[in-house]
Amino acid sequence: MVDLIATTPAGAMKPYVSGVATLSEIALGKATSIAPFKGQGAAVETALGIKLPKVGKSTSRAGQGVVWFSQGQFLALGFDVPAGVHGLAALTDQSDAWCALDLTGEGAEDVLARLVPVDLRITTFKAGHALRSQLGHMPLHITRLKSGGFRLLSFRSMAGTTVHEIQRAMDHLAGRG
Amino acid sequence: MRVSGKGLIDRSTPVRFTFDGTSYSGFMGDTVASALLANDVRLMGRSFKYHRPRGPLTAGSEEPNALVTVKRGTDAEPNVRATVQEIYEGLEVRSQNAWPSLAFDALGVNDFAAPFLSAGFYYKTFMWPRAFWERVYEPIIRRAAGLGGLSGTANDAEYEKAHAFCDVLVIGAGPTGLMAALEAGRAGADVILADEDARAGGRLLSETHLVNGQSGVDWAAGVIAELESMDNVRIMTRTTVTGAYDQGTYGALERVSGHVAAKRGTPRACFWRIVSKRSILAAGALERPVAFQNNDRPGIMTAGAVRSYVNKWGVVPGRDVVVFGNNDDAHRTAQDLHAAGVHIAALVDSRSDAHVTGDFPIFTGAQICGSGGRLGLASVTIRTQIGTEKIATECLAMSGGWNPSVHLTCHMNGRPVWRDDIASFVPRADMIPGMVTAGACNGVFSTHGALVEGQRAAKETLEALGMKMSAAGIPETEDAPYTMSPLWAVGGTGRAWLDFQNDVTVKDIKQAAKENFRSVEHMKRYTTQGMATDQGKNSNVGALAILADVTGRGIPETGTTTFRPPYTPVPIAAMGAGAQGKGFAPERLTTSHEGTLKRNAPMIEAGMWYRPSYFPKDAETTWRQSCDREVNMLRESVGVCDVSTLGKIDIQGPDAAAFLDFVYTNTFSTLKAGRVRYGLMLREDGTVMDDGTTARLSETHYVMTTTTAAAGSVMRHLEFVHQCLRPELDVSMISVTEQWAQFAVAGPKARDVLNAVLAHQIDNDSFPFMACGPVKVGDVDARLFRISFSGEHAYEIAVPARYGASMFETLIEQALALGGGPYGMEALNVLRIEKGFITHAEIHGRVTAFDIGMERMISAKKDCIGQTMAAREGLVGEDREQLVGLKPIGAVKQLMAGAHLFDPESPATREHSEGYVTSVGFSPTEASFLGLGFLKGGRARHGQTVKLVDHMRGIETLCEVCHPVFHDPEGGKTRG
Repeated sequence: MVDLIATTPAGAMKPYVSGVATLSEIALGKATSIAPFKGQGAAVETALGIKLPKVGKSTSRAGQGVVWFSQGQFLALGFDVPAGVHGLAALTDQSDAWCALDLTGEGAEDVLARLVPVDLRITTFKAGHALRSQLGHMPLHITRLKSGGFRLLSFRSMAGTTVHEIQRAMDHLAGRG
Repeated sequence: MRVSGKGLIDRSTPVRFTFDGTSYSGFMGDTVASALLANDVRLMGRSFKYHRPRGPLTAGSEEPNALVTVKRGTDAEPNVRATVQEIYEGLEVRSQNAWPSLAFDALGVNDFAAPFLSAGFYYKTFMWPRAFWERVYEPIIRRAAGLGGLSGTANDAEYEKAHAFCDVLVIGAGPTGLMAALEAGRAGADVILADEDARAGGRLLSETHLVNGQSGVDWAAGVIAELESMDNVRIMTRTTVTGAYDQGTYGALERVSGHVAAKRGTPRACFWRIVSKRSILAAGALERPVAFQNNDRPGIMTAGAVRSYVNKWGVVPGRDVVVFGNNDDAHRTAQDLHAAGVHIAALVDSRSDAHVTGDFPIFTGAQICGSGGRLGLASVTIRTQIGTEKIATECLAMSGGWNPSVHLTCHMNGRPVWRDDIASFVPRADMIPGMVTAGACNGVFSTHGALVEGQRAAKETLEALGMKMSAAGIPETEDAPYTMSPLWAVGGTGRAWLDFQNDVTVKDIKQAAKENFRSVEHMKRYTTQGMATDQGKNSNVGALAILADVTGRGIPETGTTTFRPPYTPVPIAAMGAGAQGKGFAPERLTTSHEGTLKRNAPMIEAGMWYRPSYFPKDAETTWRQSCDREVNMLRESVGVCDVSTLGKIDIQGPDAAAFLDFVYTNTFSTLKAGRVRYGLMLREDGTVMDDGTTARLSETHYVMTTTTAAAGSVMRHLEFVHQCLRPELDVSMISVTEQWAQFAVAGPKARDVLNAVLAHQIDNDSFPFMACGPVKVGDVDARLFRISFSGEHAYEIAVPARYGASMFETLIEQALALGGGPYGMEALNVLRIEKGFITHAEIHGRVTAFDIGMERMISAKKDCIGQTMAAREGLVGEDREQLVGLKPIGAVKQLMAGAHLFDPESPATREHSEGYVTSVGFSPTEASFLGLGFLKGGRARHGQTVKLVDHMRGIETLCEVCHPVFHDPEGGKTRG
């Protein structure tokens, strides 16, 4: 029998530490996009057992999280969407589509200030807040983690460039001493 | 000359640097200008046009004269202002625009030719012969007139770009800015305080008066310490706000590492985009020089600059100093210098009613009318009521008054307003939405006034933000009234400089007016006043005052020229930081990338994707050999190719079928689940947008594939159609391009390869042509599609991307065992040309479904995007250029894409063109070059002969017009 071997988007990179920031590749686990069909939002929430987040936010319950992903679209992270949701929403497996990176440490916000054109100050972008932006020319989904730092999702095919660009910004920041 | 006991320099830390190869010593905290002046070096550059010897005129970023090149080789940075560049150990500084040396500059001869080099001289002189302008005159002029040179090698220094956000941006950290930032910070606003100096404090660092009983320096330090202790305040020093843009956005250049011997990889500069809810402009004011004969000698400076040199750096630019002004502020220079023990040779005030006291010679109602000296000032001539008097001096501190720095307020096309009492332009309200101006830039010049203004600005700003301010008391400090009487130019013969950087004199302005360049904008362009890198900061108001005078108009009527960003020069490298290499074009790599590189395949870029051209084998020396082998391999056994780059869009919902019927020309609602159909998509204007296959996985679930090139635009199109045209449809879509790694397995032995990897065997009945469905590879859930882009029995198998690399290796291993292997884009292209399949080479944005022979795919039973427009007269019809196949039949066997098609008897000229070639390839199957192209009335001309002409490469080939499908036209192989 064929036994396929799994690889990670960023090639299982070791955490990269530069200055006061750390970049690590994260195993995203199961990721499913949920786009409720017309009028099915409440039914989806009931079947899911978790409230769907407002635009730019995320929700969680008992360690299971749902993050706002796009217009009318949410990403269920780390769990299998219960069968009851089937038929109420478009469910699409996204587990392999994204390179997940955590950027943590005191300098994380300053590193991102060099890469994305959005306001990520803690006063406006609080823990659990999520948005879609761009890292240079690449799409990027950003969530502020409750534990501090940011969870970044970029296209799997662009993982190499994403890591390269973030490391460069980290080094620039570290170079200031 | 250094004076003891003065300055903010760190005398315990000497710093050595070189200027034109000579080593000098300064102290930590010195600029190149202050350190050279301390070493009695006044000559720092040569002027732009006349190559006149020049020294610093100012002590700040507005410096027009003392431009130098720092560092060497690739690292060299030209046109750095010596008044801004801080020294560090080992810094290498070179002078510019002088040859063979700064002291003896051969082009100094230009100065003697001055009568011929006045404003507009080259417009008149170099008119003819006409061809000489570009070939002779311009190169000579460019070489003679100039600034520093570029290194000639690519700049490999690092630059940064960054974004910042705040409630209040305070521009300038002088007394006004400090007060404003303090109040805004205390009120809890998110504040950014930006100042271009290395140290916050502004003029407080250059003056001696007390603030709250402390020195200005100490008071500023106290405020800065408090601001630094606040989490909501960010102080950005060495940061010049260079432009004001829409919606509270400001550009700013931070000099990150130019002041230290930076290690490699540290950015030299950072270009900031600061977005603020409100801003406070506290940019201060710039002192203006007075125009008099030979007022440009090294040693002649603005009075405020001389005060800065003595108070901030403990430096006096000469053993004796003459002070000349038209205002009380200039007196301070004499007083400060006198107190520091410097000999004041004279204080000259142009106002006869000036009140001035001091233990030095005082001349009121007098003017400086000339200067002497060769490479530096040696004397000045004072004209009084009774005659002229020559006084020996090495330094002249002059002041024609102060110009508020209104520049940023004008960046959105606002015009400042003239105030007669201070003979200056000041900002109007709301020139920049959300900006409040305060302090000296608002025409309030006393320190007390600055503090009051700073507090007022903070109050207005905080109120606009809905925040409260608990106003602190205003510290006690000087509140001297600013009294002055305009003095733009001292009468007399000879050249009196206005624009030091572009060598524009009073005479030039008068000449411009005489030649009827009377509008201030015309005068500027005719004389080049204000067009140098200092953007006329020192000369603008003086020049237009002269223009107003000679044209008999007032200054407000004359108006100013337009101040545009950037306020100070910004390296293009900083604005474009990060937009090189991967930052310019991100790399999109397939999961088989490593495996492909391992097999030595050269990569080509398809959009941002990297795909293999071909997989060379040992004996093969040309790409054609590899390509031919791969084509034959696939036609005879089996080939494997990564096709993950094609766009894949997951479309779900009760109305998914209706949605697809609307975006595709053909019908998808009738497609059975478990089947795939080829689809054609039109733009709204009726031309072909994209094509691809769409699989129906269930009643409400489809997966669309797009071409690699159009994946993004098709996704955008679908979102547009859904959100704007058919919002009533209950459908949702998401890209799954990244989720699935997909591989084509094509060739007579394709099924054998698959059956070796699939958990459950397939055959022609269980998986006929155009079938699709879930399969398992080991225990991994995969999707199988029986589709073909080569005309062979073929499949595409998709696995979750994490298994892509492994799947690629597995498939290749199986293919190799059956005499097959991987194939690249070259072979893929030949295979599809043989089969007459189109790509974006054919559907290039100007062809219709009719042109490619697919007009019958536009279903008449339903509406679809582009249907009506595609039926327009002119978009269908036999005389349109139609898709045909081409095959060489004459002596020349080569076909060229891009070539045009002609009747064999017609001349190969534009008006006889009957079509063009879009794709060509050598077909080993047909043992001939094959081509696809568009030919007028082509479908009716199969069998005819046309002449292919590639004018670019000089190739002419006779071709037979063929049906575009060369290989297996019945399609038996695909179905087998």
